[in-house]
Amino acid sequence: MSVSSGEEAAIEVRDVNLQYGSRLIQRDLNFTVNRGDVFVIMGGSGCGKSTLLKHMIGLYEPAQGEIFYSGQSYTQADEQQRQTLRSRWGITFQSGALFSDMTLAQNVALPMQYAGVDRAEVDDRVAFKLALVGLAGFEKYYPSEISGGMCKRAGLARAIALDPEILFFDEPSAGLDPLSARRLDELILSLGESTGATVVMVTHELDSIFAIANNSIYLDATLKTWLDSGNPSWLKMHSRHEVVRSFLSRGEAVPDQANLDKGAPGGKEQGKYTTLSKGDSEE
Amino acid sequence: MSAHVTFSQAHSEVLVVSLSGHWGKELDPVVQQELEQKLREIDGAIKLEPGNDFSWDSHFPVYLYSCMRNVKNQGCSLDLSAMPVAVRKLLQLANAVPPNTSAQSSEKRPFAPFAGTIKEAYGLLAFLGEMVFATLRLITGRSHMRGVDALTSLSQAGPKAIGIITLISILVGMILAYLGMIQLQQFGAEVYVANLVGLGMVREMGALMTAVIMAGRTGAAWAAELGAMKVNEEVDALTTMGIRPMDFLVMPRLLAMVIMMPLLCIYSFVLGIVGGAAVVLTMNMTPRMYISQLLTAFGPDDIAVGCFKGAVFGLLIVLAGCRSGMECGGSSAAVGQATTRAVVSAIVYIVMADAGMNLLFFHLGI
Repeated sequence: MSVSSGEEAAIEVRDVNLQYGSRLIQRDLNFTVNRGDVFVIMGGSGCGKSTLLKHMIGLYEPAQGEIFYSGQSYTQADEQQRQTLRSRWGITFQSGALFSDMTLAQNVALPMQYAGVDRAEVDDRVAFKLALVGLAGFEKYYPSEISGGMCKRAGLARAIALDPEILFFDEPSAGLDPLSARRLDELILSLGESTGATVVMVTHELDSIFAIANNSIYLDATLKTWLDSGNPSWLKMHSRHEVVRSFLSRGEAVPDQANLDKGAPGGKEQGKYTTLSKGDSEE
Repeated sequence: MSAHVTFSQAHSEVLVVSLSGHWGKELDPVVQQELEQKLREIDGAIKLEPGNDFSWDSHFPVYLYSCMRNVKNQGCSLDLSAMPVAVRKLLQLANAVPPNTSAQSSEKRPFAPFAGTIKEAYGLLAFLGEMVFATLRLITGRSHMRGVDALTSLSQAGPKAIGIITLISILVGMILAYLGMIQLQQFGAEVYVANLVGLGMVREMGALMTAVIMAGRTGAAWAAELGAMKVNEEVDALTTMGIRPMDFLVMPRLLAMVIMMPLLCIYSFVLGIVGGAAVVLTMNMTPRMYISQLLTAFGPDDIAVGCFKGAVFGLLIVLAGCRSGMECGGSSAAVGQATTRAVVSAIVYIVMADAGMNLLFFHLGI
């Protein structure tokens, strides 16, 4: 199963099983994230969303299966190749994960220093990245001196420090008030659009999902596999699984789509959903 | 009215159980036993009904739930349709999600403590191996360590620990002097107290006490620091940025400790000898005698042994502290456990290593 399906795919997850310790979290995950997509991993609490993200960013090894980036397998790559692949990603963690003994500027500068960015250039780039996330003038502040929402934005500035091709977000709007969450969504969307980066996001905030995602996957905790994938607005009306439609409708009763196939979860037809996901993936 | 239960089997296959009186806290054990006995014997459908003056409190659904579980195990069903709506709703809620049947990961296995020890030793060796690789990277200039972090660690491991090391070293010197005085007085050999204090501090107590203080002070602080970074996903962030946490977090601390420990040990020797002098000079001994005895007591090789021990202890403190920090779990309680583990294992390693080194030096004649 090491075939990749062409240029467009930024990430391909093939037959992946996720394990946490010896506990199986998810099995038979199969999906494709196209280049330029804003892809959302959604599902109820405890279904393994964050675990899937941690597998995608290489912190955990999948128990089975492979993950491809632009057609190259990360699972089978050696440390050097992995390092190259990783250098194209930007990752924002749930809490921001800023280094508490460094100022915001030092935090954002850190990946640049290790990537060999010219010392003279670093300061300007740091100032620009912080300005992009609305934190101009906060360069000298320590993470403990700013709010949680600002920490998340500073984490975002650090994630985009090296102009990544893929941006990963772990619950970016968790713990934020609706206004800040909305602003962060808009920020993610406009950063994704303007830099052409692919965005992969874990969230269960429906507002965020409908505001920014054009492709998604729904993971189910009880069946331990994915149920459906595609554009969330489309899934809300047409998913063949009632639980997906119900999830996307805030748990309100949904009309039964009797004409849709309620076949086995994680079936082989995922292709027809991903094709519906995105029209403008060419750059 | 106290609880009461009656049974009737109107239709041949359904047993009707009628509950009367108050069903709640302090349920009569006789009634309870009677009902449970009946439920155990039956293997058909059972219907519960409220009888005369039936009333209940929050203990009743708890009791009913456990009855239902027992009955279900027997393959029978319990019909609650005649019970009050509130009771039915509560039990409906409790039974809405089927109980988890998958086995918990932490199963009790035979030889579990034994396997735990082997796993612990394996983890320790693995971490030590990674430290060796990180050191090689540092020597060959390919490390991700930042100089500024090494300086910060140096300051944490050195100057900030001076105060407590001063106090403890002087006191240990005094203790050694008193101990020697009591024993040697019996032979009229008080003059050798200086030898005991000098050699004792330099070869043994200086390095050991410094290491114990540093394990409790700096090792624990580092374990908590790294543990908190782990909980806060900072270590994950480093990894995904392509920065090796071993180089970035552990190496500055290792470097600082291995540089600082021998220096702190020398400082401790000197103060221990001063402490010994404070005791000895109050008891029929002149400073000249003390110093001349000290000079014969130990030589440069003894100082080297003391400093070497200090450096090894420093390595062990970093090994214990950073390892428990880096392997800290994801909760805030785990940070506390990591700190405790860091201190306890550091002291165990230090004493074990000290015993081993003494044996080695004795047989090598150093």
